[in-house]
Amino acid sequence: MTEYKNYKSQKVIKSTIIYAFMIIFGLIAIVPVWVMLINATRNTPEINEGLSLLPSVHALYNWKVLTGHGFQIWRGFANSAIISVSATLLCVYFSALTAYAIHIYHFPGRKVLWGVIMTLIMLPASLSFIGFYQFMAKIHLTDSYIPLIVPSIAAAATVLFMRQYLESVLSYELVEAARIDGGGEFFIFNRIVIPVAMPAIATQMIFAFVTSWNNFMTPFTLLSTKEKYTVTMLVQMLRGDIYRTEYGGIYLGISVSLVPIIIFYAFMSRYIISGLTMGSVKE
Amino acid sequence: MGKKVGNQMRLNKYGIIFCIPFVAVFFIFNFWPTIYTFLLSFGDLRGLKVDFKLIGLENFQKMVNDKYFWGAVGNTFIIWGMNFAPQLGLALLFAIWLTDVKLHLKGKNLFRALFYMPNLLTAASVAILYRSIFGYPIGPINQMALKWFGAEQAYNFFRDGWATRGIVAFIQWWMWCGQTLILLMAAITSISPSLYESAVIDGANDWQSTWSITIPLLRPMMFYMLVTSMVGGMQMFDIPFLLTGMHGEPAFKIRTTAIYMYNMAFQGRNDYSYAAAVSIGMFIITMILAAGINYITSEHAPRVKRVTAADANAAKAGAK
Repeated sequence: MTEYKNYKSQKVIKSTIIYAFMIIFGLIAIVPVWVMLINATRNTPEINEGLSLLPSVHALYNWKVLTGHGFQIWRGFANSAIISVSATLLCVYFSALTAYAIHIYHFPGRKVLWGVIMTLIMLPASLSFIGFYQFMAKIHLTDSYIPLIVPSIAAAATVLFMRQYLESVLSYELVEAARIDGGGEFFIFNRIVIPVAMPAIATQMIFAFVTSWNNFMTPFTLLSTKEKYTVTMLVQMLRGDIYRTEYGGIYLGISVSLVPIIIFYAFMSRYIISGLTMGSVKE
Repeated sequence: MGKKVGNQMRLNKYGIIFCIPFVAVFFIFNFWPTIYTFLLSFGDLRGLKVDFKLIGLENFQKMVNDKYFWGAVGNTFIIWGMNFAPQLGLALLFAIWLTDVKLHLKGKNLFRALFYMPNLLTAASVAILYRSIFGYPIGPINQMALKWFGAEQAYNFFRDGWATRGIVAFIQWWMWCGQTLILLMAAITSISPSLYESAVIDGANDWQSTWSITIPLLRPMMFYMLVTSMVGGMQMFDIPFLLTGMHGEPAFKIRTTAIYMYNMAFQGRNDYSYAAAVSIGMFIITMILAAGINYITSEHAPRVKRVTAADANAAKAGAK
């Protein structure tokens, strides 16, 4: 009996320690974001005074400061959205198409292509970066969205993920049956395979979108016209001298770039977290 | 039969057609740029020149003797190591705790969701955010230090090399620990419960079953993480680039190899050929390390397997 009590109290102590850790590290994860949101609503004197956990009333003033210095936020959002949405759609559609082709058809060179895809996953992107930039300059595609959108058609990791998924859900018999019903090959892919692969496509869309939205190095290097700047490039301007003591404006600028992702995550976190382990752990 | 084969060949043609977009884009935007990087690294493209001629290994000779290059390689490693060790350690601790069903912990999913959140945030914005948070003289950290911890005056973190490296490592940790936690939790959940049951029957306590079942079985996953984190860490760019003045200030202490490559190509002398050589040098170093880790892993692999098999046998014996 005492042994049981002892065991129980040990468990209570252990749980308490774990809860303490969970609270501390949960706070570490969100406090920087919280401070950012609060300070986005405060003016410089308030920020100088010290930290606060409650918002103030100067968000509108900060907004005016922020947008008054050439921080074309709506333009930036529109640009980022155009790039990210197109890149995402191209990425998932063509990755699914490539994965489907490798899964169902037996054409010559199939194994070579698969080998290329597996190698590509392991190659760091920075290896081709200088050559990529120089080649784009040569064919006059710098300051264009094409090099930011079109390369997503060849997304090796997405193809790998799609193939693994198709292998588990799409049988050859299903495709065969559709053929007997008189469906053309392209029709079968669009009308049968895409719906079947939808769960995998949805997860990959999330990650493709976030990757494209968060991309900084490539647009920063390629784009030179200010009207074409993406959100990440605008945020980089906040380092400059023009906002020197307008801390509230700086925090607001960072906030507007992060809040869409945070809201999106608040609704989708369950799918995002399960999507994360879908491809990585094979059971 | 012949007709069927013909039909099959007609169908397989579609396989090729469906792969054309991928292959074409791969060649234009990936394969050729990679080859072009190699060509450039043997050339002399710098400044405002448009064309270049091949000059051999000159850039690589320069690189091997360039103390700034090796400084950048060192920085990259130090920052990556400062982030990876606590990242794996803490994620492992949390993963073991949160997968322990006997504890009946509440709020696990909420914690996991919060802890993973920073991973999705834009790295460029995160860098600017931490630049403000550690700001001098007025930033939340300095204000806290003055008000609550009795600091005498504000500290300029970004003039102290080690402090700045620590901040970069902390940001990397902050962004990636949640992801590591989720992967480790998934790996632990996929371990067969019967192994633990038989361990309990054999009289093992929690600590013993963690040490002799969970940890050995997680080893392949942890090595996988080590390699992917290292390959990713070697490319670290956005955070150290934007945290200070785009050259890895103070005194180049957070200049990673990717920043060095960028500085060489797009700032100052526009030495594209040397930058190409730097990116290849960085790639070679990464590959050597990945191969080294792989070698060590495969050395260990049979031992891990033996432990697993022994455990499985023990499980069977225990069940009987």
